Amino acid sequence: MNKSQFKRNLRDNPYLLAGMIIIGLVLLMIIVGLFWTPYDTTAMNASEKLQGISLRHIMGTDNMGRDVFSRVMYGSRITLLIAIGTVFIGAGLGTIIGAVTGYFGGMLDEVVMRVVDALFAFPSILLALVIVSVFGTGWIQLLISLGIAFMPSFARIVRGEVLRCKNMDYVENARLQGVSNLRMIFVHILPNIKGVLASSILIGFNNAVLAEAGLSYLGVGSQPPYASLGKMLSDAQQYMFTTPSYVLCPGIVIVLMVLGFAFLGEGISRWK
Amino acid sequence: MEMSSNDIILDVTDLHIEFHDHDKPEVAVEDFDLMLGRGEIVGIVGESGSGKSMSALAIAGLLNRKSLTKSGRIMFDGTDLLTCDRKSLRSYQGDEISIIFQEPMTSLNPVKRIGWQVEEPLFIHHQEIPKEERKKRAIGMLKAVGLDKAEDVYNMYPHELSGGMRQRVMIAAAMIGDPKILIADEPTTALDVTVQAQIVELLKKLNKEMHTSIIFISHDLSLVNQLCQRVIVMQQGNIVESGRTSEVFANPRDPYTKKLIAAIPKIDLSDDRD
Repeated sequence: MNKSQFKRNLRDNPYLLAGMIIIGLVLLMIIVGLFWTPYDTTAMNASEKLQGISLRHIMGTDNMGRDVFSRVMYGSRITLLIAIGTVFIGAGLGTIIGAVTGYFGGMLDEVVMRVVDALFAFPSILLALVIVSVFGTGWIQLLISLGIAFMPSFARIVRGEVLRCKNMDYVENARLQGVSNLRMIFVHILPNIKGVLASSILIGFNNAVLAEAGLSYLGVGSQPPYASLGKMLSDAQQYMFTTPSYVLCPGIVIVLMVLGFAFLGEGISRWK
Repeated sequence: MEMSSNDIILDVTDLHIEFHDHDKPEVAVEDFDLMLGRGEIVGIVGESGSGKSMSALAIAGLLNRKSLTKSGRIMFDGTDLLTCDRKSLRSYQGDEISIIFQEPMTSLNPVKRIGWQVEEPLFIHHQEIPKEERKKRAIGMLKAVGLDKAEDVYNMYPHELSGGMRQRVMIAAAMIGDPKILIADEPTTALDVTVQAQIVELLKKLNKEMHTSIIFISHDLSLVNQLCQRVIVMQQGNIVESGRTSEVFANPRDPYTKKLIAAIPKIDLSDDRD
């Protein structure tokens, strides 16, 4: 695809453009946050607590006098990392399980997919809570538990697509060329479902951002004094009426992330 | 048959295929015999459901469904393709025995470039061949099947090609390993008449130049007459008649064969086989 085609596609596809701009801004904030934040993210300042939006603190300060914007910069990084890790684990495991069961079918398919269905039946937050309560709190545990919780939906999507593809003529044809089963799954079939996979990964991102926020809100994610967006929301709720900026700012960043990924996903699925 | 045993590369005897999808078993192919000589083109004709494609799929080793019994022998290169294990079957598929299908529109993987797909059999069976050599052979093969801008086609995706071009690509992919047997399962049915004639000419050319034996499956008797030295007529899973094409066409013995010949649209039936 050349450059002008790319531009034309982008113009016909406002979702993709909007998604790219929003995610671009969020990423910019996170990347800048890696090197520089206006204030130390954990430095408390008792004389400046619970301030509203001002030039000194563009998102105000929290109940300990920490700069909310600096903490949002840091917290979105943690939230995004957890979301990426979750989707990476979930989509990776789910793709392998779904592709293998869908391709081979039979007993293996029945048994594995029933186990996956059972996993699917648990609300993902509940499942994550169980894992976190067994292995302790912390963001690694959170990552693994969310990854496992997200695996079933990917397994189902991939399995369905592999079932659709495996009876296509080109698969039959490849089989007649002597292609082995593994090569068939990963080289011949999976590239054909990458579109579906890409948009479900982006939807997965959304759910992961929300799940991270939810779990951190419940207090099982990153531990104080480190921030994540969900953790900040949960800390901020007592001050919702006195200092609305404290709860609104992290909330808006979560909304932006989710919206951006949703637009990206929609844009990619409409990509020609 | 007047062939010496050295010249026979495929010997099918008493092939019997039965489905068990329903309560009553259904016989798809019964007592199918076929001897294929080196460099020979044999046609199998018959209406749909006559078992011609089932026989071909059995030869290609694509019948591994569970609800199916098969008996008989398909001897190729000293191996019985009907009973040998999957691994040795796979080593023949695409290398020694190739197949091309009826549907060129859907038989190519939509997300892979043409060159990649043509090279795939080489990549699987001859990993010792370096990348540049593979590419050279793929382009050479694309040229041999009559695709003019082979270098451009090499980098295209299937949706950029017409049906006839795709069928040529399929043939190129089937022939790149220099197979001993090419099974063409109604390769021209989905194509329009002028393209049909070109594909038949191409098969003829490849047969002459590469000495590949061809099993040509069709319900179009006039194409079989143009292409094949011998013909097998099938009806309801049975062979009703077989022999040299010219003889079968001149003196059909079986009433079904007579009907099939009578059903050919009356165009020039002049015999241009050699």
